[in-house]
Amino acid sequence: MDFYGINPSVLIASLMAASVPIMLAAIGELVVEKSGVLNLGVEGMMIMGAICGFITAVETGSPFLGFLGGALGASVLSLIFVLLTQVFLANQVATGLALTLFGLGLSSLVGQGYVGIKPPATGAIPFGPLADIPFFGRVLFRHDWMVYASIAIIAGVWAVLKFTRAGLILRAVGESHDAAHALGYKVIRIRVMAIVFGGAMAGLGGAYVSLVRVPQWTDGITAGAGWIALAIVVFASWRPWRVLVGAYLFGGITVLQLNLQASNEFPIKIPVEYLAMSPYLITILVLVIMSSGRGRASLNAPASLGQNFHASH
Amino acid sequence: MKRRTLLASAAMGVALTFGGAAQAQMDSAKACFVYVGPIGDGGWTYQHHQGLLAVEEAFGDKVETAYQENVPEGADAERVLTQMALSGCNIIFTTSFGYMDPTNAVAAKFPNVMFEHATGYKRDHPNVSTYNARFYEGRAVQGTIAGRMTKSNKIGYIASFPIPEVIMGINSYFTHARKVNPDVELSVIWAYTWFDPAKEADAAKAMIEQGVDVIASHTDSTAPLAEAAKTNGAVIGFGQASDMSEYSPSPRVSSIIDNWAPYYVKRVGALLDGSYEQVDAWEGIPGGEVLIGEITDAIPAEVKAEAEAIRDAIANGSYHPFTGPLNKQDGSAWLGDGEVSDDGTLLGMNFYVEGIKGDIPQ
Repeated sequence: MDFYGINPSVLIASLMAASVPIMLAAIGELVVEKSGVLNLGVEGMMIMGAICGFITAVETGSPFLGFLGGALGASVLSLIFVLLTQVFLANQVATGLALTLFGLGLSSLVGQGYVGIKPPATGAIPFGPLADIPFFGRVLFRHDWMVYASIAIIAGVWAVLKFTRAGLILRAVGESHDAAHALGYKVIRIRVMAIVFGGAMAGLGGAYVSLVRVPQWTDGITAGAGWIALAIVVFASWRPWRVLVGAYLFGGITVLQLNLQASNEFPIKIPVEYLAMSPYLITILVLVIMSSGRGRASLNAPASLGQNFHASH
Repeated sequence: MKRRTLLASAAMGVALTFGGAAQAQMDSAKACFVYVGPIGDGGWTYQHHQGLLAVEEAFGDKVETAYQENVPEGADAERVLTQMALSGCNIIFTTSFGYMDPTNAVAAKFPNVMFEHATGYKRDHPNVSTYNARFYEGRAVQGTIAGRMTKSNKIGYIASFPIPEVIMGINSYFTHARKVNPDVELSVIWAYTWFDPAKEADAAKAMIEQGVDVIASHTDSTAPLAEAAKTNGAVIGFGQASDMSEYSPSPRVSSIIDNWAPYYVKRVGALLDGSYEQVDAWEGIPGGEVLIGEITDAIPAEVKAEAEAIRDAIANGSYHPFTGPLNKQDGSAWLGDGEVSDDGTLLGMNFYVEGIKGDIPQ
């Protein structure tokens, strides 16, 4: 059941894999922003995750430890952001941008000796006969474990934010840090934990790029994925499942446009320029549609987003 | 002191120190390089940097070198070039197409600094030379291998930007694949980037999923080869710009290597001994500027021999990759029987040859 040379089940399976890095980075950033902190350093943390994960996987021979190393490396980088914005109360936008620049440079330095090396392969999970089910077998049961882990993380974040006390406290800190402080919650401590979590997720996403999606290290390998992740958080209006939708939509259009270009059989020839810009165009369109109308409240942005907190009383 | 007068006097200082550089002999020189990507890209920029290292080795203490990576194409390049000219560079190599206008603009301000622009065509001032390599000659070898090796009769080309250099490559690749396999079909994906490993990998993946089993790329990273490597030998590809031998013997079955070193050594040498002149250099396989990387044992011996025969015929001048009869995509005649394309048509190439489907983005 091909449509003009494009097999829908293969297409869906590819978009699921292609979306993993931005989805992980976006869900991490969502938690950070839910706590009232705007960290624009996602790109820098992702690329640090990519190189740290790559080095760990190559040195230990284990992709699993690689992902762990990637998460760890990016969290360490996010601690710089913590120090500057939560301790020294520096401007979050400027610090985030600086973190990206720093991450890009540092990863290039650290990665000097790792160009042209192949990392250990992250194989697909064997589902046995399930993988042979027509259509669904290809779509659902032939992925590497990170694809499933990323969906599980989305579900986990959603459940924690919606059903647990910890999630409620996190949201309270993001909506009104003064009120949360007055109630006795440790605003800074909660935000630090959120930022480190965000760093770990960005690191996982970066490691997925260097270990699975493009299994190699080259300078600048994430090539702007962190910025897309930031846009997807707004796109999702700070709701976890919408992050998944946004990431699949973006990843899906990216994969689809490449497939349309590669297919010589597709009857309607859409100019390549439009295809190439389509993922970004549609992201912008959805952002515009969602932010029109009822203002900031409809966007669901945390009320204290981007504001520093200092316990002066 | 105002900034403008500072610049002017600094420029004069440079001019006084190195005046008449183009004619007179020099005891020492400073050669500077502007790179569009990181040296660690494993492709395009890496090869230019190999050229820099060759210059250092050839001249030792007589030549000082400097370089800057990741310089954006456009206005920012002008700032970098000005800074280099002011810092005492005698010859500046700008190594990407997008530096064309900045190079000429800065060259006007520093008449005694020599500028060398890669892959461009503008020489507005006597101190601007251009140099390029006939990559399409290498594509002829790749196309021959692709046509023979494909089982699905679908071959792919990951293109960067719709500029003549890339279109030449596509046409040459396809023409030679068709020549040995009349059933072959070509898929082209325009990535609109020189360097974005994730996107290049996605493009390769999309092709593989549609049954393409030989992929050539015109982007700078090794990502398409990494994607092909996941298929355990079912899909093959080629090293681009650099040998990319880490993916050999398969999926990388051969490669086009940009060998800039001889040109860089020659030009810096000419500057030192006073024989430097403005040029428009366009060398290929015969001049050693385009090298064909080892054809591995992953392909049968007779195909290897055939590809090597093409390479050797180009090297000794007996064969030109664009030899008629060849028609344009719309069926109109381009080259008659035995006719060879002139360089002007190639440098302005904006059409596909007959048999390629799809349109070139305009």
